[in-house]
Amino acid sequence: MNRILAIARNTFRETVRDKILYNLILFALVMIGSSLALGQLTLGNEDKVILDLGLGAISVFGLLIAIFIGIGLVYKELEKRTVYALLAKPVRRYELVLGKYLGLLWTLGVNLAVMTAGLALALGYTGRAPAGAYWRLLPAVGLIFLSLALATALALLFSTFSTPALAALFTFFLWVIGHFNADLRTFGELSGSPAVEALGRALYYVIPNFGNFNLIDGRGVLQTAGYARPIDPWAVAGAGAYALLFIAFLLALSVIIFARRDFK
Amino acid sequence: MAVIEIENLTKDFAVGFWRKRPVRALDGLSLEVRAGEIFGFLGPNGAGKSTTLKLLMHLLSPTSGSARILGRPAGDTAMHERIGYLPENPYFYDYLTPRELLTFMGRLFGMGGAPLARKVRELVGEVGLAASADLQLRKFSKGMVQRLGIAQALINEPEVVFLDEPMSGLDPLGRMEVRRIVTGLRERGVTVFLSSHILPDVEAICDRVAILNRGRLQEAGTLEDILRARISGHEVILSGWTEGTLEAIRPWCSEVRAMGERLHLRADDREDLEAVLGFVFAHGLELVSVNPIRPSLEEYFQTLVVGK
Ligand SMILES: Nc1ncnc2c1ncn2[C@@H]1O[C@H](COP(=O)(O)OP(=O)(O)O)[C@@H](O)[C@H]1O
Ligand SMILES: [Mg+2]
Repeated sequence: MNRILAIARNTFRETVRDKILYNLILFALVMIGSSLALGQLTLGNEDKVILDLGLGAISVFGLLIAIFIGIGLVYKELEKRTVYALLAKPVRRYELVLGKYLGLLWTLGVNLAVMTAGLALALGYTGRAPAGAYWRLLPAVGLIFLSLALATALALLFSTFSTPALAALFTFFLWVIGHFNADLRTFGELSGSPAVEALGRALYYVIPNFGNFNLIDGRGVLQTAGYARPIDPWAVAGAGAYALLFIAFLLALSVIIFARRDFK
Repeated sequence: MAVIEIENLTKDFAVGFWRKRPVRALDGLSLEVRAGEIFGFLGPNGAGKSTTLKLLMHLLSPTSGSARILGRPAGDTAMHERIGYLPENPYFYDYLTPRELLTFMGRLFGMGGAPLARKVRELVGEVGLAASADLQLRKFSKGMVQRLGIAQALINEPEVVFLDEPMSGLDPLGRMEVRRIVTGLRERGVTVFLSSHILPDVEAICDRVAILNRGRLQEAGTLEDILRARISGHEVILSGWTEGTLEAIRPWCSEVRAMGERLHLRADDREDLEAVLGFVFAHGLELVSVNPIRPSLEEYFQTLVVGK
C-alpha cells in the first residue's frame, strides 16, 4: 500500500508541474467566465445557463486532462523507459498500475476542485442562486468526477497496449458513444431485427454508459420553484456503483495486460 | 558462492509487422557471478547484453532457461529489495528534481524520514550532483542523468548492483568517477555486474569478464587468462647488433625494425623464438627484453565482430 501511495504521489507531483495542465485549467476558467456574459443575454434563466455551460466545461476539460495527461504519462513511462528502473525496485506490476491510476485521479480531483470553485464564483457574481445550489454543486461535480474516473481507467487500459494517439482516439470515441449507448439499445429494440437488437444490447453492456452520469444539470442544482428538476438519490448511488464496478473491471484488465508484458 | 546464476538463458524477439519471425537475441547463456566481484559483461553493440540484464530484472520473460539472483528466481519481488539496477540510457521524470526522484525511489523500499533524507544527500554528493540536487531533470545533460541513474541504483544499499553501460554519456573525468564508485562498492563487499563496450574502463576494474557476441557467450574468466590464450608471438629487443645480424635472423622474424641502438624483432611461434634467442646468445649480442605479444581487448573484439 505504501508503494502504491508513493507512486500515486509521485504521479501527482509530475503532472501538476506540467504546463499543459495549467493551460487546460485556464481555458476552462475562461469558458466559465464567458458563460457569465452569455447568461446575461438570456433573460431570466441566467444562472441555469451559467451552470449548464460551467458543468459542461468542467466535464470536457476534465476529459481532456484525463486523456492528454493520463495517456501521455503512461506512454512516457513506457516509451522513455522510466518503468525499467521502477520495476527493478520491489514494486509489483499491479502496484505500478494502481499507483499511476490513483495519482491521475488525484490530479483530476484537484483540477475539478479548482474549476468548481471558479463556477461557484461565477454563480456568486450574479448573486441570485439559492444557498442550497452551492451545496448541490458537489454531487453534480461528483458525478462528473466519477465519469472522468471511468474515462481515465479506459485511457489507462488502452495505453497499456497501444500508441498514445490511438489510445486518445479510442477513449474519446467511447466517451462520445458512451453518452448515447442507451439510445443504441433503444434503437436496436425498435429496429425489429433480432440481430440488430442483440448488437444494440451487446454494445450497451460493453461500452461504458457515460450517459448514466447526466443526472444533475443546471436545473437540478438550482431547484428554483416551478423550474426544478428533482435529484434522484438512488440514481446517483446507482451511477456510483456502476462506475466503481466498471473501473474495477478495467483496472483488472490493465493489470493483467501489464503483468504479462515484455518491456523491450 | 554464486550470487548470480544464469542457466541456459535464451530470448527470442518476434520481429516483422505481418509475419512475425523470431530473432534470437540471447542464445543459451550460462554464467555464474561470485559474491564480491566486479564482473564485466562485454560485447559489441547488439550482442545481447541489455537483453540479458532485462531478463535478470524480469522486465522480459525468457524464451527458455532461468536466472537466479541471491538464490531467488529473477521474478521474486522480495529479492529486489537487495539489488540495484541502472538501465541503459536511463530516463526519469522531467519535472522532478534528483532529490525528489531519489526520495521517491527510497520510499519504494519502505525508507523514509531523516535516514532517507541523509541517504539521498550522501548519494547526490557521491555521484557529483550536489550542486544540482534541486534542479528539474529536464534541464539535465545526458551525463548528469546517467549519474542520477547510478545514484538511484544504490539508494537501498544493495548487495548486488547491475549496471548497463554505466560509463556511456560520460566524459573521461566522469568515467573515472564511475570507476571510483564501482571499486568503492567492491570494498564494501557489493557484487557488481556491469555491461560495457568501452573496454579500457572494464580492463581497469573488473575481476572477471564474460564476452558475448551475437547472443552467445564466447568466453568467461579473468581478462588475463582470456588474453593470454591469444598470445600471438613475442617481441624481442636487442642491442649491439650489426648488418650481419639482420641478414642472419630475418628468416625467423615476421617483423624487423631498427630503432637507433636497438633492434625490435617479432617472432611468431616458439621455434622461431628459440632460433632467434639461440643466435643472440651464440653471437654475444645483448638481449634487452622478450615480451609476449597479447592482443588488446579491442583487437580481440575486432576479431570477434569480423568473424572467426
Ligand atoms: N525489442 C526488440 N525487438 C526485436 N529485437 C530486439 C529487441 N531488443 C533487442 N533486440 C535485438 O537483440 C539483440 C541484442 O540487443 P541488446 O541486448 O540491446 O544488445 P546490447 O545491449 O549488447 O547492445 C540485437 O540484435 C537487437 O537488435
Ligand atoms: Mg545495450
